[in-house]
Amino acid sequence: MFAPCERGEGSVSCGFEGFTLLMPAVSVGNVGQLAIDLVISTLNMTKVGYFYTDCLVPMVGNNPYATAEENSMELSINAEVYSLPSKKLVVLQIRSPFIKNKYRPFCQTLLSWVKSSKCARVILLSSSHAYQRDDEQLLGTPLRYLVTPDLEKAVGGLMQELNWKEMEKVAAYPGINNTEKVLHIPGGGITKLLFTESCSKGIQMAVLLKFCSEGDNIPDAFALVNYLNEWLQLIKGEVSAVPYTSSQWKIPSSWRLLFGNGLPPALF
Amino acid sequence: MATFFGEVVVAPSRAGVDDEESAEEAREETPEDREIRRELEKKREVDILWSFKSGASAESSAEEPLVCSEFIVAIGHNAAAFLSSFILDSVCWEVVGVVKLWNEWCRTSNTTNVLPTDSFCLFYRLISDPTVLLCQCSCYVAEDQQFQWLEKVFGRMQKEGLKVTILSSCPVADYKTQESTLTLPSPFLKALKTKEFKEQVCCPLLEQPNIVRDLPAA
Repeated sequence: MFAPCERGEGSVSCGFEGFTLLMPAVSVGNVGQLAIDLVISTLNMTKVGYFYTDCLVPMVGNNPYATAEENSMELSINAEVYSLPSKKLVVLQIRSPFIKNKYRPFCQTLLSWVKSSKCARVILLSSSHAYQRDDEQLLGTPLRYLVTPDLEKAVGGLMQELNWKEMEKVAAYPGINNTEKVLHIPGGGITKLLFTESCSKGIQMAVLLKFCSEGDNIPDAFALVNYLNEWLQLIKGEVSAVPYTSSQWKIPSSWRLLFGNGLPPALF
Repeated sequence: MATFFGEVVVAPSRAGVDDEESAEEAREETPEDREIRRELEKKREVDILWSFKSGASAESSAEEPLVCSEFIVAIGHNAAAFLSSFILDSVCWEVVGVVKLWNEWCRTSNTTNVLPTDSFCLFYRLISDPTVLLCQCSCYVAEDQQFQWLEKVFGRMQKEGLKVTILSSCPVADYKTQESTLTLPSPFLKALKTKEFKEQVCCPLLEQPNIVRDLPAA
């Protein structure tokens, strides 16, 4: 499924052993994908390959992270892999929805690729419907995390040190039996499936998600990527009590015109 | 989610996986479900029937790769009509293949005698240079069939020295630009090319944030 880019001279080894794989879930508001766009764009990551898969709707366009005429002509498709060896980071960006009934095979193929390429851990950026929160979740931070038991062992009490909130489980049969609790991530796309599969396959995975609604999800993307940065320290944060300002993350050129074209002057 | 009128509706989500769909999958699939799914998959299969003058009607036999130097694919009614009006004729071109598929939007058949208003997907070869192939695809190829179409068509071709040109069309209203599309002189051409394509492109490249989707993208 993973097809490496042909490299010219000085070929970069496509090994991801020990790397952290960062990827989005196609979820409410596309927040995970927007956050990944910010990471790739800010860290100026290099494309190292793509996924040749029949599970995602096909799409193609020119380079979404173009900064000038010269680099704007590289084609970009629906599932691409970028890397930053200096931070041992490999990033997968998914740009289109899953084809009906294909999300399970995709998850399976993805997790076997994670195992075969010997990635140390996976961090999944996702989101969940804000309107499904209960009374307690309405207060405080809208950001949550989840870790598989294998990652819990590896990172120890880091999440407690960062003062992060774990995603609450909900009653399996609300109103009838409140003792049996299950994980429920409405609007999270493949998040729950990937997480439960990783738990059973012994993969070190963390899920970072934000409660949000459809709309202008750019602020949600910034919140999520800053949350990620508290852990991975990908960019230097300002030392202040106020949360990181948005200006440190570079907005890609493809975010232009997210809400439609210019208006015809004749309208007024 | 509540609307202004107080009714509660399920908000459509960009997550792509509806909760109902995933709940459905979580149930154990019965043998009947499996059978239904298999039948549906079979019904949605894309079949390509090749017929070359060499005699062998190579439906599934003769897996020799087709030697092809130039492959032009016209997807959609506009592009297909362009080829019919300006390129194709019965003297220089012969039909060498037909695609048979079914989906909710259209059905094609084996017949090669088609009307411009029919849904069809035909392959032609230039008689004077049999390495030049042309495909006219005016039927809609559904999401789950696009990859199959791609693999079955390109799987048959020798890829070295192959130049592929894809012709397609999109509504002007879908074009994202700083000005309004109302004042844009239309129709206009835009292109996308791979880095292996070294020739001059006859029109400007498609700017971000515009993208191409469906079969042309595949």
